[in-house]
Amino acid sequence: MTTDTTTAATTPATTASRTKALRGLTALGGVATIASTFLSWTYTDEFPGDLTVYGYPGGLQVLTLVAGALVLLYALAALDIRGLRWLAPTGTTKALRLLALGAFATTWFTVVAIAVELGGIVNLEPGGFVAAVTSAIPLIAFLLPDDTHKATRPRELPSWAEILIIVAAFGTGLYVVTYGIDTEYAELFTGYMITAGFAVTALFKAGLMARLSGLTTKYRSIAVAAAFVAAAAFPFTQTTDQFTLIAVNILIFATVALGLNIVVGLAGLLDLGYVAFLGVGAYTAALVSGTTASAFDVHFPFWAAVLTGAAVSLIFGVVIGAPTLRLRGDYLAIVTLGFGEIFRITVGNLDGVSGPQVTNGPNGVPNIPDLVFFGYDFGESHTILGIELGGYANYYLLMLLAMILVVLVFSRAGSSRIGRAWVAIREDETAATAMGINGFRVKLIAFALGATLAGLAGTVQAHVQSTVVPEMYVFAGPVPPNSAFLLAAVILGGMGTISGPLIGATLLYMIPAKLQFLQDYQLLGFGLALILLMRFRPEGLIANRRAQLEFHETGQLDTPEGTLPESGVGTVKAGA
Amino acid sequence: MNDMTTTTETTTPVLDASGVTMRFGGLTAVRDVDLKVNAGEIVGLIGPNGAGKTTFFNCLTGLYVPTEGKVRYKGTVLPPKPHLVTQAGIARTFQNIRLFANMTVLENVLVGRHTRTKEGLWSALLRGPGFKKAEAASHARAMELLEFIGLQDKADHLARNLPYGDQRKLEIARALASDPGLLLLDEPTAGMNPQETRVTEELIFAIRDMGIAVLVIEHDMRFIFNLCDRVACLVQGEKLVEGTPAVVQGDERVVAAYLGTPFEGDTPEKAGTPDAEPAAADNAGSTTSTEGEGQ
Repeated sequence: MTTDTTTAATTPATTASRTKALRGLTALGGVATIASTFLSWTYTDEFPGDLTVYGYPGGLQVLTLVAGALVLLYALAALDIRGLRWLAPTGTTKALRLLALGAFATTWFTVVAIAVELGGIVNLEPGGFVAAVTSAIPLIAFLLPDDTHKATRPRELPSWAEILIIVAAFGTGLYVVTYGIDTEYAELFTGYMITAGFAVTALFKAGLMARLSGLTTKYRSIAVAAAFVAAAAFPFTQTTDQFTLIAVNILIFATVALGLNIVVGLAGLLDLGYVAFLGVGAYTAALVSGTTASAFDVHFPFWAAVLTGAAVSLIFGVVIGAPTLRLRGDYLAIVTLGFGEIFRITVGNLDGVSGPQVTNGPNGVPNIPDLVFFGYDFGESHTILGIELGGYANYYLLMLLAMILVVLVFSRAGSSRIGRAWVAIREDETAATAMGINGFRVKLIAFALGATLAGLAGTVQAHVQSTVVPEMYVFAGPVPPNSAFLLAAVILGGMGTISGPLIGATLLYMIPAKLQFLQDYQLLGFGLALILLMRFRPEGLIANRRAQLEFHETGQLDTPEGTLPESGVGTVKAGA
Repeated sequence: MNDMTTTTETTTPVLDASGVTMRFGGLTAVRDVDLKVNAGEIVGLIGPNGAGKTTFFNCLTGLYVPTEGKVRYKGTVLPPKPHLVTQAGIARTFQNIRLFANMTVLENVLVGRHTRTKEGLWSALLRGPGFKKAEAASHARAMELLEFIGLQDKADHLARNLPYGDQRKLEIARALASDPGLLLLDEPTAGMNPQETRVTEELIFAIRDMGIAVLVIEHDMRFIFNLCDRVACLVQGEKLVEGTPAVVQGDERVVAAYLGTPFEGDTPEKAGTPDAEPAAADNAGSTTSTEGEGQ
């Protein structure tokens, strides 16, 4: 995979040795970058993270260290070190370039941030300059010839090794996401996004992600269990409730986005008022929760509240869907947008003045009590396995169960007769009806199912927030989830996939939550990001096979083997 | 709702359209057309472009509700909804291919099975033994159909990536998946080369032998006259003539309105060489345009 794939045909031997030398230099650059993080970069600890200590990387230096280590790893893989070739099935050069850029960008971001925040480059210690220079060395990778090739068939590993790899991959994934959620200041989060962005893209380019997703398809049940364990392990890594709350909100957002993905991604119905169903569920749960502010003097146990919330959402879904689903395309989008706003305004007016007193109008329903399951109070801390879990950890685990339910519904419905009918309707409604599909009925099922799942998430949300107000359910606003952000999470992540909306929702929630200083420019940046995405990756971050082929006409016949990421996990494969 | 393919041993015609008229505002696209298709028959529908052939098809399949007239399928009046028509037993293909381009070949055929399967959302979510059985049966039937048209090796390809001829065949397989008693083919050989046309011809004969009546629209006269037991010619929305291929071919009005006069005394019956056919088709096309202006 290395020396024999050089470009020039004239003097293969010279070119080969030159390539080898360049790769060696890149590896050295990686080592130097790693070493530079052990130096002190600045004099004072005014810059967050304390970068003043020799021999102990801290804060952003850790990110540079990781980026440097990845450069080193892939440079060594390029040098054909035994065992490392497995990491780069489709070639190392592109990955190496991206990783070098990542290391360079992270380091320079840090150095520039120090200089800007503390007022001038005098604040840099020599170590900072050294880091700035050494991190540029791996950019040598841009002189390397491109060695992209078809994925090599790896030597068959024993299955225990493959399973171990899956477990390691999910462990790493958990660690990376946890690190992102736990970042305490904006600089660190920005650096994290830079490093993670470049590194993940590089791993895709190297074909490692495809190889891993191949493994997860092979050991599907183990992979699912590993993912679940990794997700459930998150609260155990937390010492305070601060970041667990963020994680709970991410889960709520992601679950609702996944529900919307049934409506938009599978059935192709553009629903711009989806957040209203979350609101219906949340309000229903709030009103039957036994809070003193509720107009009804009832206190349902949680399971009953969940069923009520989901059922009321279902009814709303059918009532709204029945007249609107006769419309197609743009008209449907406009009408759903209208219904979303109608919900918010109606709830705001049921305050005893403009209408009957049901929801306290704009004041909302406060003091929603914590859930209690057989004496297990969700609001209190509990000690499990010797680790103290805060109140939000309980909600996190509950929400995780809700999300698993939605994932299950999505994948099972998607790969069935009804799921095929949804996709057929999305592809060509006339042809689908001519094939005997009752278009209206099938679309109504998708719409109602989406509404029910959102209502389900809403019932948990009401208890997590302990207050529901109409302003939480707007079309567009700075705080997700709202209809625009939900749709963006689906489109950004990848329509019709499972992991797409999860990743989209995570990003869309974390970025505004972590980069508070962006507040005023958030929607602007967000719009720009969407435009860029539509230009360069219209199928979303995670593409299903269909979308990938739809948007990138390569003229080649597609290969049914899962060489693309996300093969078969989220896609509606008939064979699954 | 079970297998309906084999029970065609009745005296009632499979399809009985009587007095079908379709008006769009002031324009009458189809006027008072009667057509019968008997069991085991292949009937051709010819006519210049704009004559109302596809509109007539749409009236039969419920995409349009005829302004006047009735369409009976095996004695029962068809409901005016496309999916109910398909359920009753009429399947169709489209003039311009309308596959589900971003679904796989197999999935396309499975969608065709929709009316003959029942599992709804609940069984899909619960995945009981019934669901697995039904799904396995659908798969088996779909693969059988793919083997019938010779696409079994491409089951996992996206429909959009198939060559043109295969896409046409896949449309037929998708239509057959609903176990129809009558298959409507709208220009199944449009854009095909002579060899592909011959293969399609064989395919349609094989479908007829399965006990499925076929009604086919086509401009390729050699294809039509080889294939059909009866041919009807539609001109300006009205049925000009109906009869055996020989009768229709010899009919002066059909020649004037559609077939055109053959070059150098070469009569249509003798249009045996491959070259004669495109010439006749071209001739027909030019006739069509002049005729079309009359509407």
